[in-house]
Amino acid sequence: MEFTEKHVEGLKELLYKMADDLLIIGHRNSEWTGLGPMLEEDIAFSSMAQDKIGQSLALFELLHELGESDPDTVAFTRNAPQFHCSQLVELPIGEYDFSMVRHFFFDHAEAIRFEMLSETVFEPLAMVARKFKGEIKYHTMHADIFMKRLAAGGEESFSRMQNSINETFGLALGMFEPGNFEAELIEAGIFGGEAELQQRWLDKVVPLLESFGYIVPKVENTEAAFGGRHGIHTPHLQPLLDEMTEVFSIDPGADW
Amino acid sequence: MIVKSLDPRIERAALDDESKIGELNVHEHFETYEVFQQVKRGTHHQHVGNVHAPNAEMAILFAKEQYCRRGAAVNLWVVATSNVFVTEYVDADIFETTEDKLYRDPNSYKVMDRINAFKARTSKV
Repeated sequence: MEFTEKHVEGLKELLYKMADDLLIIGHRNSEWTGLGPMLEEDIAFSSMAQDKIGQSLALFELLHELGESDPDTVAFTRNAPQFHCSQLVELPIGEYDFSMVRHFFFDHAEAIRFEMLSETVFEPLAMVARKFKGEIKYHTMHADIFMKRLAAGGEESFSRMQNSINETFGLALGMFEPGNFEAELIEAGIFGGEAELQQRWLDKVVPLLESFGYIVPKVENTEAAFGGRHGIHTPHLQPLLDEMTEVFSIDPGADW
Repeated sequence: MIVKSLDPRIERAALDDESKIGELNVHEHFETYEVFQQVKRGTHHQHVGNVHAPNAEMAILFAKEQYCRRGAAVNLWVVATSNVFVTEYVDADIFETTEDKLYRDPNSYKVMDRINAFKARTSKV
């Protein structure tokens, strides 16, 4: 079917929120570099953070092909209200329990989103989705093994993880905040929609967490942290952007 | 007193002078696992190094990022270092061989001649 203007707008909105999520969580997780709990994990976590930045670049390039500014300009010259990332990804890294739970929730959502998009009618996006399949599989494998291990790591370990799950669940649900073009995206076969993604994510993460021994909060009792998709952010995003763009801002026209 | 640093990561970590960073007692480390990487299906796994890990599953997880980050692997083995049986260097003389046993070395086969002759024959066709 022929794409209407609304389909293209919806597609861009989808690409922006995915790219922004990846750019911001990649930046956040890279803050652990040099401070990880052990050398091997420091390297693994930093490497995955770099992967996220690479994935965001691929999506910013798609946006560029659709007429948006080039990736550097889009990534480094917008302010917080122009970002479409979920509030989940912009929060400070906190302690390792929070960063790990966020990694688990986010990466499973990303894996399912990319899986859904590997079938999209917008072929360039399907190619990107297929390209990162293996990379994302490792990321969820890493998260699963850590969540399992830390559940069995004694009383302090378990209670820290369980508390972080309780505190992060509503933030994670914020990832599935509906966009402005859900019906158009579904109708055109571009994307199955946030509601379907959330359901598939719940079907994946809830049984997994329960199998590790955690108790998962109920969706109906949890307030989803909406707003991020429409530019409403926590006070933590702007300082992150200021730091991220510090070098770029010195000389935006510099040739690297 | 909080440590002041030009590195924003150190600032964020809010480390204080009293932090016992770097002090580890014996047995506080995880054990090590030896990592064997297979570059191509059907080839031998080759030893590439080791990782610290609390169990084999996590050793695989870490080994993938330490040694296969740049691709070029299809399979990994990890083996707890404590499960590797080793010879002693004082016994290195068991590997020595005397010069008068050269007849046991596979040097005198003429197979290369035959392979080259075969190649020459087939390339003419």
